[in-house]
Amino acid sequence: MTIDRRSLLGGAAALPMLGALPFNSARAQANNTLKIGVLTDMSGTYRDGSGPGSVACVRQAVQDSGVTGRGINVEVLQGDHQNKPDVASTIARQWIDRDGVNVIIDVATSSCALAVNSVVKEKNSIMLNSTGATADLTGSACNPNTIHWTYDTWMLANSTGGAMVKAGGDSWYFITADYAFGHALERDTGEVIRKNGGRVVGNIRHPFPGTTDFSSFLLQAQQSRAKVVGLANAGVDTINCVKQAAEFGLTRRQKLAVLLMIVSDVHSLGLNTAQGLVLSETYYWDLNDRTRNLANKVKGSMGGAMPSMWQAGCYSAALHYLKAAADMGVAAARASGAETVVRMKAMPTDDDAFGAGSIRQDGRKIHPSYLFEVKTPGESKGAWDYYKLVRTTPTEEAWRPLRDGGCSLVNT
Amino acid sequence: MSAPQIVLGLVNGAFYALLSLGLAVIFGMLNVINFAHGAQFMMGAFVAWMLLNWAGIPYWGALVLSPLIVGAFGVVLERAMISRLYKLDHLYGLLLTFGLALIIEGLFRNGFGSSGLPYAPPEALSGMPVDLGFMMLPKYRLWVVVAAFVVCIATWLVIEKTRLGAYLRAATENAPLVQAFGVNVPRMVTLTYAAGVALAALAGVLAAPIYSVNPGMGSNFIITVFAVVVIGGMGSILGSVITGFGLGLVEGVTKVVYPEASATVIFVIMAIVLLARPAGLFGRA
Repeated sequence: MTIDRRSLLGGAAALPMLGALPFNSARAQANNTLKIGVLTDMSGTYRDGSGPGSVACVRQAVQDSGVTGRGINVEVLQGDHQNKPDVASTIARQWIDRDGVNVIIDVATSSCALAVNSVVKEKNSIMLNSTGATADLTGSACNPNTIHWTYDTWMLANSTGGAMVKAGGDSWYFITADYAFGHALERDTGEVIRKNGGRVVGNIRHPFPGTTDFSSFLLQAQQSRAKVVGLANAGVDTINCVKQAAEFGLTRRQKLAVLLMIVSDVHSLGLNTAQGLVLSETYYWDLNDRTRNLANKVKGSMGGAMPSMWQAGCYSAALHYLKAAADMGVAAARASGAETVVRMKAMPTDDDAFGAGSIRQDGRKIHPSYLFEVKTPGESKGAWDYYKLVRTTPTEEAWRPLRDGGCSLVNT
Repeated sequence: MSAPQIVLGLVNGAFYALLSLGLAVIFGMLNVINFAHGAQFMMGAFVAWMLLNWAGIPYWGALVLSPLIVGAFGVVLERAMISRLYKLDHLYGLLLTFGLALIIEGLFRNGFGSSGLPYAPPEALSGMPVDLGFMMLPKYRLWVVVAAFVVCIATWLVIEKTRLGAYLRAATENAPLVQAFGVNVPRMVTLTYAAGVALAALAGVLAAPIYSVNPGMGSNFIITVFAVVVIGGMGSILGSVITGFGLGLVEGVTKVVYPEASATVIFVIMAIVLLARPAGLFGRA
């Protein structure tokens, strides 16, 4: 094929017009449209816990909020950041600058969450983080444009870690994913252990992502003779660790603390391997009538899977955002992310995922958390019947006290 | 730097060796850089899972059937697409197989999610780990090392010591001449590709009980395996087997000395080897 000069020039002249088209259409419908961008992991290790399920939950929230009946358009976009912070912040910038996205929801992976956290502040937009875990989002990295929704490393450390130490596990060895999340979880759990009179005897940090064989690390943990081996990783990494720990018989002399494990991970492991593990979540589909109601609504669009706490958090966050935006008016909500967040903090939250709750000054969403034990295959009555409730942690114990986080938004 | 870590390194080395062996067979005979090898490894594991959960065929059956099924898929792939590229530059084969790998992986991810499916080791190889004196090694891992070693030796023998292997090697040197002797070279090439794919699938079945059966398992391995093949010397059967086991050991030791670097150490070695010997350790320049 040959390209003559005329068609080349014509093509070059047409390019800017092509670029302008979606921009114009975005302007035309801007007045009563809210755009929600679900930025998540669509292809990697956290896909099953967030990914397409998060998008389905946000769409459900749009439907349940009833704002469309009040003449407000809501568009839901989705993006795959591939767990790379640079990709995450590029998509976030494009969404805000070019597509007029008003709020970014989910943002799996702490390193990506921290990257988007600074983008939304710079652009006066909003991040409602459900899947990223690092407690720094409401501590040293807190800002007026971010709300941390579902859970965080401090809560996981105190709930699971605290329970293990009180049950006699006073010496720990950590297997940690070598990035922001793993470091934060190891640090927060270490503090809980020391506060309760225990000690950390050692740790290893494995590359993330890209580690599939954990046997060598597990063996080092075994040789440390610590009473508890803490897994400060998540997703496929944790699944592989638990599986291989069982293979090497690690659990005969030591206890395994899965600091972050969610219901889809248990599903993937199978109860034979997962039984007896103790873990912390803030949402479990079979907890009460309201949580079951939410699960029944969304499982059809999730291929029959039950929502994880990450996905339920996306539902809850989107719902509360839409309520606040409808309350203050679409134009005002679009004008300033920080103002919208102020409004969201002033309104009490209430939804099927977490029940009644609130949002603190530092951007921490507050609701109870739960300690679960994974059922044995004999106890489970059917698909996705995985957890026994061990303890409900009241809100005042579940979250880091407001003044301990070092967040600049907190007036002391 | 203890003995247990060396044993564990050997287990990973077994997978590297098996996978790079298949790659070397395909590259040596077809001159195609088979980037779909990781996806075919993953398919082997998934077919084993499907055989168990959908047809009730246990591990031992899957060990035979899964490579046959995935190998048959390889035949289709070679006939339909790859065979059209032999006259072109390597690069086309690489791009085609890379694209295929992405498509296969995407399809499995949409169908089965990303966090994996459980697959238990067979009864005879589960239970208490074996006490080697200096460490407890799960029986299943011991089996993987033995099985991989046997398969590697067998493949090497077939290619170097049998009449079939002689035809194969001759066909790579001068295909028209071998054809003139009455050997059906295109069919031989197809079956060679299928055999390489079947080796990947066999590694997949062996891996299924250790790592959860998940769509990303191939891409996690394949980059490392390509490094192994390059270090060993593209197309060298013996080179890929020896470097496979060797680099498994190096990686195992790195996991003790400086775990953060365990994912990159192989590439550092690759860089050094390529500087000193551009054709690889066992390659012919």
